[in-house]
Amino acid sequence: MAAPLTLLLIVAVTIRAVLFRSSWAELISERVEVVSPLNAWKRVVEGLALLDLGVSPYSGDVFHETPFMIYLFHFVVDYAEIVFMIADGITAVALYLSIQTYNKNVFRKQKYALESDRYPADCLELLRSPKEMFYIPLKVAMFYLLNPFTILSCVAKSTCGLNNAIIALFILCTLKGSALLSGILLALATYQSIYPLTLFAPALLFFLQRLYIPVNLRRSSFWFFTLQYAFIYVGSLVVITGLSFFLLGSWDFIPSVYGFIFSVPDLTPNIGLFWYFFAEMFEHFRLFFICVFQINVFFYTIPLSIKLKEHPVFLIFMQIAIISIFKSYPTVGDVALYMAFLPAWSHLYRFLRNIFLVSCVLLACSALFPVLWHLWIYAGSANSNFYYAITLLFNFGQILLVSDYFYAYLRREHHLTHGLYLKKKDGTEATLVLK
Amino acid sequence: FRLSSLIGHISTCPSLIGQCCQRHPGSVDEFQEELVIRPLHSGDIYASFQFRTLWDTDFLQEGQKVSHYRLFPKSLGQVLSKFSVRELHISFTQGFWRTMQWGQPFIPSPPGAELWVWFHDTVSDVDGNWKELTNVLSGIFCASLNFIDLTNTVQPSASFKPLGLGNATDHRFLRYATLPREIVCTENLTPWKKLLPCGSKAGLAVLLKSEKLFHSSFHSQAVHIRPVCQDEQCTSKAWELRQTLNVVFDLYTAGQGKKEWSLFKMFSRTLTEACPLATSSKVYVDITDNPELFELSPATPLLSQAVVLGDRRTYSVFDLTRAETFGQLRSLNLLLRWKGDGGEMLRPLLHAERYVAGFGLQTGEIHTVIYNNHPYRAFPVLLMDSVPWYLQLYIHTLTVTSKSRDNKPSYIHYQPAKDRHRPHLLEMLIQLPPHSMTEVTVQFERALLKWTEYTPDPNHGFYVGSSVVSALVPSMVAMNTNFTQDQPLFSSFVPVKEESSYFVRVYTEPLLVNLPTPDFSMPYNVICLTCTVVAVGYGSFYNLLTRTFQVDEPSLPLAKRLANLIRRIRGVPLLT
Repeated sequence: MAAPLTLLLIVAVTIRAVLFRSSWAELISERVEVVSPLNAWKRVVEGLALLDLGVSPYSGDVFHETPFMIYLFHFVVDYAEIVFMIADGITAVALYLSIQTYNKNVFRKQKYALESDRYPADCLELLRSPKEMFYIPLKVAMFYLLNPFTILSCVAKSTCGLNNAIIALFILCTLKGSALLSGILLALATYQSIYPLTLFAPALLFFLQRLYIPVNLRRSSFWFFTLQYAFIYVGSLVVITGLSFFLLGSWDFIPSVYGFIFSVPDLTPNIGLFWYFFAEMFEHFRLFFICVFQINVFFYTIPLSIKLKEHPVFLIFMQIAIISIFKSYPTVGDVALYMAFLPAWSHLYRFLRNIFLVSCVLLACSALFPVLWHLWIYAGSANSNFYYAITLLFNFGQILLVSDYFYAYLRREHHLTHGLYLKKKDGTEATLVLK
Repeated sequence: FRLSSLIGHISTCPSLIGQCCQRHPGSVDEFQEELVIRPLHSGDIYASFQFRTLWDTDFLQEGQKVSHYRLFPKSLGQVLSKFSVRELHISFTQGFWRTMQWGQPFIPSPPGAELWVWFHDTVSDVDGNWKELTNVLSGIFCASLNFIDLTNTVQPSASFKPLGLGNATDHRFLRYATLPREIVCTENLTPWKKLLPCGSKAGLAVLLKSEKLFHSSFHSQAVHIRPVCQDEQCTSKAWELRQTLNVVFDLYTAGQGKKEWSLFKMFSRTLTEACPLATSSKVYVDITDNPELFELSPATPLLSQAVVLGDRRTYSVFDLTRAETFGQLRSLNLLLRWKGDGGEMLRPLLHAERYVAGFGLQTGEIHTVIYNNHPYRAFPVLLMDSVPWYLQLYIHTLTVTSKSRDNKPSYIHYQPAKDRHRPHLLEMLIQLPPHSMTEVTVQFERALLKWTEYTPDPNHGFYVGSSVVSALVPSMVAMNTNFTQDQPLFSSFVPVKEESSYFVRVYTEPLLVNLPTPDFSMPYNVICLTCTVVAVGYGSFYNLLTRTFQVDEPSLPLAKRLANLIRRIRGVPLLT
């Protein structure tokens, strides 16, 4: 499988290199759907220029990257294009290897369950075969590398690509079973943008499952491992934050980066729900709604963990999707990360209910974003409501997509325990509903 | 007591011919007024009033409160002592000074209101004092200076050095703010006139009638307060209050197209007497271009020469303290009649323009163009830009080009803006090559503001205050560095430190920038729609998390369910 992957990487790098050298690169790096005040390349360059002028980059309100980014780009700012292409490559390879490991796990568990006769007789067609699973890792890598969203994000040199690489490496280390590396990478991902904090729960569940520790709050083995993992995570976070302090000698970066993410002072339009809401918010209720919207991101972690405690990898997918939809400054790079996972759930296709509608909505919105932006900002014949409407529709489409896959996953699990062809009490064919 | 009042009376009498400004020993305060009329080549006329009160007292002395005010206005004196102000400069301007057509003004000022203040270094809370000071001045001048707050105040590090005594270098005690949107009208002129010792009843101030003054191309009134030396050795200090009013009357709007000006045509009044409280009251008419350009009547034998703004000009002097100036009609009405077409005006050596480039509501570029018209001398200029926080400047896009080559500034002081707290401040020292045009460009991005932060007419745009270009321009004529008591007021405003250059401050145009606006009628709709989308997400997840899959058993129709209820009560087997 190394050869097709290498070929894929070469094609991806070629596309990106061609776009870097064309006149489109300038245009793409200014698009608000692709860059946000948090991860725009122009702001990284501005921050480095301020540092050269002797002014702290955090003294103004233009630079919102962590000191780790200053440190990294201080050395490689001339090779930035190569750095972002390498980051995309790392993400793709990490996702490839992690999905490969996951598939092996899934197949092994399925084999044991089959041998111990745990599946009802009629759901044999739901079981997955190695033949079907063979190309899935390659498809995942392809979905990430050749996704137009990812290509746009890379050509714009948005640091979202680097954040995605860190999260992908975290997923790889988790699936390979190394708790130490997983904790360190999760701490790095949280340090970059706070929202990956919610990925702590699925990683913990995965390790508990892997080490055969039952998830029971009364057992000491559960707490023993949880505390160990939490200690690694929190310890690395503290160390990384401390090192950032020593880079510039002040704690200025905390209100500038994390305060900025939480309090949303900058209302530059993007593909998320926050900007127009807070542009039109009554001043009296602003704090309340900020808290509500931010809690909304973290709120689904516990319920989802309880429901999906046997399926931590699907939980990781759900969490990444929820973060991408509800975070304060989303970009298409965040959307591309969870979309890369979709080939891994291709066996759920028969249970998806709205996939045609959702794909049409997402395609139409992606096409309409630049059109309505131009009409508002440049032509002056539309106003901000048009762009806002497309934002709403795009997020609605994403929510439908994620909940559709969730429905399909739960339904397949139900069929695997209760049988595929269900019958009512009088023997006729039954329909399955959520009650 | 009688002796001091007698001495006071002597000082206000019409004094000796020629030596009118000799200070009598023991006098406490003194008032001088002057009017300079400069005809311009385009047919417009420039009139500059200056009223100066000099008072040796110390407002900032600990313990001693000044309570006996005579010529110095009490409102301003109280302001100085309460807020420990060392220097105060405030100007209200309507219109923009066209340097290329009118030359350099005696006292430059930007459009709108401008206020800059040096506080005494004993002040502990400068921001608190600044806020209270702006509110008090807003009341004194009937202007909306209360709009000055921390979001449009900057602390320039090099551009606004003190014009009076004192060698302060700590710019923490300096505050500068400008309100480009401020409109000047009669409401602002009336309290300004009230500060004069004679009010608008006697002296030159009778000419200040608002119907004529505001029917002009340019109108600027200012108040400058600073500590000065009383004599050459600077043995004692005095407070100087200068009230200046510059006005340019347009040939076509005020002059009805006829190149003939008189005091009556300009101000609808003539001069009848000097202010009795003034030690000197003079009218200067710039006759350097006489007799080729225009002729002046009545003629006067008194002439004076002064080197001002790098040029040696000749002035006819009309001394209003002498009775023969008014002639038989007891009124002085100067008449200037243009004869020829004139020639070319002397080009000002330093000139600046500014404009916004780009299209759309997302990004833009500010271009500042500075012209050095000196044929062979290069000199450095200090450019100060204060840009509001909602235009995010990108300093890495700053380019300075002279004669299409890169010209790196030798000193850059940049303070980036903090959203909703302070504006951008950019100060640069640029060396201008001789006879060249230097262009400074910087890119910016326009921010989307909260709907309550827009001005009442948001599509009018947002004003960006003028840039300030300060320079010591090399002078073709040797400047007068001697401190003389009988110097005309217009040449003694800016202290001259060296002979070979003079200080010039040029203000560029203010900018009007459009920002993207949200739809102001939509707050409730937006809240509902966004919450709907979030609720759709919440609802789907809630359903999937709390409900389980069950086989759908059809429920009995209503009639059978009621029958089953009755059967259960009766204890009889149920229907299916």
